Amino acid sequence: MKYPLNVRVNGVETSVDVEPHRSLLNVLREDIGLTGPKEGCDDSECGACMVLVDGRPVNSCSYLALQTDGREITTIEGVSEPSCPHSIQQALLEEGGVQCGFCTPGIVMSAKALLDANPSCDEDEVRLALGGNLCRCTGYQKIVRAVLRAAEQLQDRAGTTG
Amino acid sequence: MSRYFAPTTAAEAAALLAEHGGARVVAGGTDLVVAARGGKHRMPEVLIAIHGATDLASLVENEDGVRLGALTSHAWIERSPLIGSHWSALADASALVGSPATRANGTLGGNLMNASPAMDTGAPLLVFEADVELLSLRGTRTVPVADLLAGAGRTTAEPDELLTSVRLPDLPPATGSAYVRLEHRRAMEIAVVGAAALVTLGDDGRVADCRVALSAAAPTCVRAREAEDLLRGLRPDGASFRDAAALATGAVQPITDVRASARYRRAMISVVVSRALAVAAARAAGTDIAVPANRNLPTVTAGSTG
Ligand SMILES: Cc1cc2nc3c(=O)[nH]c(=O)nc-3n(C[C@H](O)[C@H](O)[C@H](O)COP(=O)(O)OP(=O)(O)OC[C@H]3O[C@@H](n4cnc5c(N)ncnc54)[C@H](O)[C@@H]3O)c2cc1C
Ligand code: FES
Ligand code: FES
Repeated sequence: MKYPLNVRVNGVETSVDVEPHRSLLNVLREDIGLTGPKEGCDDSECGACMVLVDGRPVNSCSYLALQTDGREITTIEGVSEPSCPHSIQQALLEEGGVQCGFCTPGIVMSAKALLDANPSCDEDEVRLALGGNLCRCTGYQKIVRAVLRAAEQLQDRAGTTG
Repeated sequence: MSRYFAPTTAAEAAALLAEHGGARVVAGGTDLVVAARGGKHRMPEVLIAIHGATDLASLVENEDGVRLGALTSHAWIERSPLIGSHWSALADASALVGSPATRANGTLGGNLMNASPAMDTGAPLLVFEADVELLSLRGTRTVPVADLLAGAGRTTAEPDELLTSVRLPDLPPATGSAYVRLEHRRAMEIAVVGAAALVTLGDDGRVADCRVALSAAAPTCVRAREAEDLLRGLRPDGASFRDAAALATGAVQPITDVRASARYRRAMISVVVSRALAVAAARAAGTDIAVPANRNLPTVTAGSTG
């Protein structure tokens, strides 16, 4: 039996009908057409499927799509426009924190959850925030540097407007 | 045909559980959905998603302690100054669960009802002698956590009972607690073995009362009463902690699995117990040891138990 799911995805009201057992990742990719979140393990281990639900990080592969009814979902597609990358994305490019890119959407979402809550984070906090994100390519150092760099930039910007 | 319900109150959830035999509650889904997708269990035919039952997400403070709603997340516990300062062992435990996403979605109620022998909140709740409230159409009953945990993956709750809250009783002055676990890596890990300790210091500086409980050492989290008995009246020093920790090993029947052999677990139990005791005693004496204790062990503790 299908149930209606009404969610705000990246700012857009979206309605689809889904079966109870389906994961949020599956519905985002197959029904809503957002293929930014990736399926790495489908088991909550790798973080490639990370999205934000009401601003909190969620492994969408292991979360029931219907449990997001009435809530706000942000995927990598909602973080920025291609012409104007988010500070985290720009810093990942500059620091060389992206190789094959498979883990990147998940890394950006976890980093965004951290920086939204705690823009003045230190290296330990960055490593803890990325604890659920696996990267097979980069060795993590450049990713951690990139997130710290993005944090600095966001703080500078906050300083100039505040 | 699978069915899905999203009740907005605990009473509604209890009514749905009564109506649909075989229905299962899902809170954060970090155990239930993960196990079903991994093929460990089948996805239940009837799912009752309680994440929107706001009366299960409340915090009530009164004269006999605090009552945490079943939906209280590990992330909330980890950051709560109230829990961190009064029931530190629980904050130590929640702070170690999975990743930020696991902690944001995983709940205290789900951790208990999933009843893994390696669950991190079990040993802290045992040393606090916490109890839970279970709701069904028959009414409400209160069950000590020690009586709730029945075996690996089993509780004494009836299939139609909803866990609504966990009560943490108030503690005497000069009491400290801690939860420490042995882990192979710093994130996304499950305890190889874990220990919670609670120490109350007397006016003479000796141990007036203490409690010790273990995780991942037996089919359920268990108290180590012989260790507690030995420690009462002793000075809170490394030698006493080591003697008590050696006795804790007697409380358990560790298993061999992918994470460790029974022999290794047995040997490590005394290590985590003496670390947990040392942190609990230090906190009881007013020393500030940040949550989670696991990542902030005083070097002298690490040295004296190594
Ligand atoms: C990557 C990963 C890492 C993890 N690491 C740890 C760890 O380090 N330590 C640890 O202890 N756990 C860990 N877990 C397990 C899990 O996250 C916790 O046990 C969590 O607290 C479960 O809560 P939940 O709300 O997600 O439970 P759910 O999956 O929603 O439910 C779990 C069980 O409890 C039942 N249930 C839930 N709420 C109620 C209720 N109110 N009344 C009656 N029954 C109920 C459900 O029917 C189900 O059987 C990890 C899980 C993952 C995926
Ligand atoms: S695909 Fe979700 S955690 Fe790996
Ligand atoms: S860049 Fe390839 S997995 Fe991270």
